[in-house]
Amino acid sequence: MSGDGWFVGTQNDRLERIRYGSAAQPADWPTLAIESATDIDDETMYYDRLHEATVSATRAAVQARERADDNQLIHAIRALKDCRRTANELAERLSEWAGTVDPEAGTGIDYAERLIEEPPADCPEPMISLATRVVDLAQQAEDLEAYVERQAPVVAPNLSALAGPVLAARLLSLAGSLDSLAKKPSGTVQVLGAEEALFAHLRGHAPSPKHGVIFTHEAVRGTRLEDRGSAARALAGKLAIAARVDHYSGEYRPELEAEFEERMATIRARADEGDDKTESGDSHA
Amino acid sequence: MPELPAGVERRSFDGVERLATRGEPVYGEPTADGWRAWNPDRSKLGAMFELGMDTGLEGGETVLYLGAANGTTVSHVADFAGPTYAVEFSPRPTRDLLEVAERRSRLFPLLKDARKPETYAHIVEEDVDVIVQDVATRGQADVALRNRRFLAEDGRLLLAVKARSEDVTASPDSVFSAVRESLESGYEILESRRLEAHHMDHLGIVARPQK
Repeated sequence: MSGDGWFVGTQNDRLERIRYGSAAQPADWPTLAIESATDIDDETMYYDRLHEATVSATRAAVQARERADDNQLIHAIRALKDCRRTANELAERLSEWAGTVDPEAGTGIDYAERLIEEPPADCPEPMISLATRVVDLAQQAEDLEAYVERQAPVVAPNLSALAGPVLAARLLSLAGSLDSLAKKPSGTVQVLGAEEALFAHLRGHAPSPKHGVIFTHEAVRGTRLEDRGSAARALAGKLAIAARVDHYSGEYRPELEAEFEERMATIRARADEGDDKTESGDSHA
Repeated sequence: MPELPAGVERRSFDGVERLATRGEPVYGEPTADGWRAWNPDRSKLGAMFELGMDTGLEGGETVLYLGAANGTTVSHVADFAGPTYAVEFSPRPTRDLLEVAERRSRLFPLLKDARKPETYAHIVEEDVDVIVQDVATRGQADVALRNRRFLAEDGRLLLAVKARSEDVTASPDSVFSAVRESLESGYEILESRRLEAHHMDHLGIVARPQK
């Protein structure tokens, strides 16, 4: 019986057992350990050893899970978004401040760069320093984007090929992991990032959203309004498949892209034919 | 009101009576004389105490805590209970839980899925006195039923049901009655109350294993 307990074996065996072991039923482990383990004489020692072992084994398990590649990518894309937003907010602040000393004050990151190169007369030192920070943050965002563009195709080759690396990373970020994205039906992928609109719809006072974050994809954004629902549905369908292939096999399958392009050609052809009648089921999309 | 377990008291913090336990502060909560305030708005179990539910806890119990998250509530539990097993599924909150556990020698953190008790049955001992469950997943009654194997015959299940985890479109009332019904296949419900005052769309349940 005690063969099943976490405490059998050396210290290393114990840590492994805590992470990967199992038992159908619990037992009176403290008593069994006191009887069988040479380094456990009483209950106090039992719980001391258990504490040591669970803390180290769980720390190792957390580190392993957090180092997983999709996790790194998700942190990077979230950091990228934060840097962009913060850079823009600070640029706005800078531009308002600079307006007090420079009637020609511009806006945005570009203006921050100009201000560093040619500070206006009477420009206080902290203003230049703020502008430097804005430019640095914008640069940091660029670096993060470069990292995402490098890593996304490694983590999720098919998803990245179809969606582009940045959108692929955003989808992973919204789903929480590649594992959970791979388990989502295409209808959910289609509206990821549009949760607010989706819940409004489920509560019954709004139409169903046609697309979430996949709107940033050229195939959706670049398609005329009447056909956008179809495009979003086609894209989401292929993305859901791509995520599953990436998760379960990891192999790159170029045919997914080819199939999608073919489907998009059909959808776009409707506009050329001047046929604005949509497929059944699209009218509400 | 039922008595609070030994180690949980109402103490005054800046003139306001609040639930409190004794231990190292964890999340920036107010402290006074070694006692730390237990915020019922951040803890479903805290809310159950605050609302006067009869949890049957006396202090010093062996506890299996499912859904420990970043350790806010479980830190208070470990302050007044005995050996406390804390199961959490997500790595990120578990990172914080580890910090809490390092300073509490009878708190055992486990990165495990509460829907798969066999993955920790070789660690968690049999006949625990209490299971506290606060997992935000579909099938909350099922999680409680699967973990019944750990609970002593006269033990208690303290369950916080989150309606939105079961079904976002259904009304909380219909979710709660469905959860209660399926829970009753293995547990006898002793008391249940909406935790509305502190947690929207949550139901607190005190139950014991069916004989």
